[in-house]
Amino acid sequence: MGFISSFKNSLGAWIKSIFKKKRAKIGIYGPPNAGKTTLAKRIVHDWSGDDDFGNVSHIPHETRRAMRKEGVVINANGSSIELDIVDTPGMATKIDFKEFMAFGLSEAESKKRAKEATEGVIEAIKWLDDLDGVLLVMDSTEDPYTQVNVTVIGNMEARKLPLLIVANKMDLPNASPDRIKAAFPQHAMVQISALEGSNIDDLYKAIAINFG
Amino acid sequence: MDLISGEKLEKMTSMEKIRLILDKVKTGRIVVLESGLTPDEEVRLIEMTMTEIRVDEFSGIEIESYPSKKEGSFFDKIFGRSIKGRMTVIGPANQIRTIEKDKYQISTKVSVGD
Repeated sequence: MGFISSFKNSLGAWIKSIFKKKRAKIGIYGPPNAGKTTLAKRIVHDWSGDDDFGNVSHIPHETRRAMRKEGVVINANGSSIELDIVDTPGMATKIDFKEFMAFGLSEAESKKRAKEATEGVIEAIKWLDDLDGVLLVMDSTEDPYTQVNVTVIGNMEARKLPLLIVANKMDLPNASPDRIKAAFPQHAMVQISALEGSNIDDLYKAIAINFG
Repeated sequence: MDLISGEKLEKMTSMEKIRLILDKVKTGRIVVLESGLTPDEEVRLIEMTMTEIRVDEFSGIEIESYPSKKEGSFFDKIFGRSIKGRMTVIGPANQIRTIEKDKYQISTKVSVGD
């Protein structure tokens, strides 16, 4: 069985190399409210026409279950890459239900959201073991030296998996992508506004280059 | 505050380190790890923290470490040595707050008592 399985894998890799069809499972990571789901929705809309992928909210931890869209084919930079997009819940080291109450949620709703958010963080971490690469979304108006960013980058480096930093929210006047570039100069970075779609073609080119 | 030496950490398994940190932090202590945690240990610590969050008891941790160095030395690569973790500060989320952080310095504010 070992030989047959090994032969099948080799044959699969050989066929893949002939047809140059590349497929990768890419996770969208980042702290809460960085714009992960907005980006995921835009990618899925642009390349599959599906408008029903995830909900966006100004309240942190809106995405509390990972969402997956399979077989999104991106054509950019003269090549084609097929992606399984995984939009993960926001990563955090602390979750206090009182923070949700500040957004007008009731105590019961806040406690429920906090509980689900902790489960979401665990799910995001579990996905790290099953990915081929990561789009790390950062809010360009925020300090990039957060522990979530440091930890995700450290894990991708340790696993030797490709990582592309997405400096999001470039539509905001206080956006400062230079701070992100200075913080993590060893990694490729694309600056975009997922909300407005600006520079999105640059992102698709970078995806083709980094994950293709 | 507890400063834990790199020598002690080297002798511990990942699970022992995570348990030690969480037990201390949950009782209100700040922990400084001389040699830090590996990236995998950091995510496992976050994962374990999430399972232990309780309303009005424990809302999580504040953890601060430096970004990894650009790359290991020539000899690290030759001998396949992984880059070691860097000094890390961990404390209860309601008692420690990061004021400023860059590649070379972490400034934190620690609240003592309620």
